Amino acid sequence: MASKANKPELIVKGRRIDGRDFNELRPIKIEAGILKNADGSAYVEWGNNKILAAVYGPKEAMPKHIADPAKAIIKCRYAMAPFSSLAEHGRTGPNRRAIEISKVTKEVFENVVILSEFPNSEIDVFIEVLQGDGGTRAAGITAASVALANAGIFMRDLVYAVSAGRIEDKIVLDFNMIEDNYSEADMPMAIAPRNNEVLLLQMDGGLDRDQLKQAIGMVLEAGKEISRLQRQALKEDYSRVEESARGNK
Amino acid sequence: MEAIDSIKSNYIRELLNNGAREDSRGPYDFRSIMIKTGVIEHAEGSAQVDLGATKVLAGVKLADGAPMADTPDQGTISMSAELLPLASADYEMGPPSPQSIELARVVDRGIRAGNCVALEDLILGEGKCWNVFVDIYILNYDGNLFDASELAAMAALMTTKVPKYEDEKVIREERVKDIKLNNIVTSSTFAKIGGHLVLDMNRNEENAADARLTIASDGNVVRAMQKGLNGGITVNEIDEMLDVAFKKHGELKSHLEKATNRSL
Repeated sequence: MASKANKPELIVKGRRIDGRDFNELRPIKIEAGILKNADGSAYVEWGNNKILAAVYGPKEAMPKHIADPAKAIIKCRYAMAPFSSLAEHGRTGPNRRAIEISKVTKEVFENVVILSEFPNSEIDVFIEVLQGDGGTRAAGITAASVALANAGIFMRDLVYAVSAGRIEDKIVLDFNMIEDNYSEADMPMAIAPRNNEVLLLQMDGGLDRDQLKQAIGMVLEAGKEISRLQRQALKEDYSRVEESARGNK
Repeated sequence: MEAIDSIKSNYIRELLNNGAREDSRGPYDFRSIMIKTGVIEHAEGSAQVDLGATKVLAGVKLADGAPMADTPDQGTISMSAELLPLASADYEMGPPSPQSIELARVVDRGIRAGNCVALEDLILGEGKCWNVFVDIYILNYDGNLFDASELAAMAALMTTKVPKYEDEKVIREERVKDIKLNNIVTSSTFAKIGGHLVLDMNRNEENAADARLTIASDGNVVRAMQKGLNGGITVNEIDEMLDVAFKKHGELKSHLEKATNRSL
């Protein structure tokens, strides 16, 4: 969290700095199947976030000693490009923050992928943040979810993720970077929409019981729209495949 | 997972189905908590926490350095955790594992978001401040490193004395005052095992767990949360764990205050 000394006004006349309502998502654009080499891929523009997700596998688990004869293992890399932030040049590759995010993201997908279908294999999930503007882990999980489905990997559900938090006494959805830096609390969540089970939950700042409840409610409500966009992206990719198949006849 | 671990996991699940735990605790009981402070005299603050057989040592060192560019009016605090190879047969030598990074960052978030250390009090002069380093050493692993580490870090900070600073030099032999604190944060970590929620899991319970949730709070306000493992949790379960965590804070806080002779 940045110094409070130069904190900008985040809410002016009941509106957020980018003009959104408290419970309003940024514009989200999802495209599935955009990388030819990957078994599945997705590109997400979420506000100013630009995030690429790709899935390789299932393939033979390497090195061999990590293979599990009962199920597939998931490897996950979340990383921010050195040029992704408006601030200074970053370090190449995952830092401590990215390693933690990779870990909790992997745990999300271990829940929904039907791992027992692919014994002795690994499934690689790569999330590369090309441009980051707050909420990149949520946008990354939302993208990776689409990439996994796009790879045809059996899953119990199509997970989405989004964060909610608090600015002063207001509960607010989907922080951008400035809001993220100066907010009073931030809580990214990943949800399995079929039963609203919580698969990722992180939080820091300060929320009392009622605020927490309100924030969770906001996430679940926004999830309907995110889920719809994920499904739409997958359908659009299938219809492209169908068209090109017809063209080849 | 070793065969013995899966046998033990089944045993833990069966016990819980009958409302019991391996060490006959209730679902929301902590194991015995022992906090010893001042265990490393060379460190500016230190504490060892025994939570059942889990043993964690935290040391605090202060260095004169520079503030972060975006917070020129504050000192800094940083936290690390080492899962020492001597703490468990499962821990290996080498670079920090994702598990140890997660542990350090979750403990850090609770203490930072709870505004526990008065960072603005750590300014030494123009462009100069104290950098506070909290290092968490896991000495023996028997489950629930999160709560043991949060307690150890908090206890070490509560006993931290600031060295003398004179003519832009640190005089470590003389410690002039207690580090200024604003708040005490503790955490409660729950495991969900076959649909049952339990607080403060031991090693066997942690092996059997489907999901894990850490809630750091100061009794009324949640300061940090982290869900772990691949199982899901419901919104109602979060609500129930929140209730317990708020209640347990009082218990943990009084342990800290007694052990450190300092109350807030």
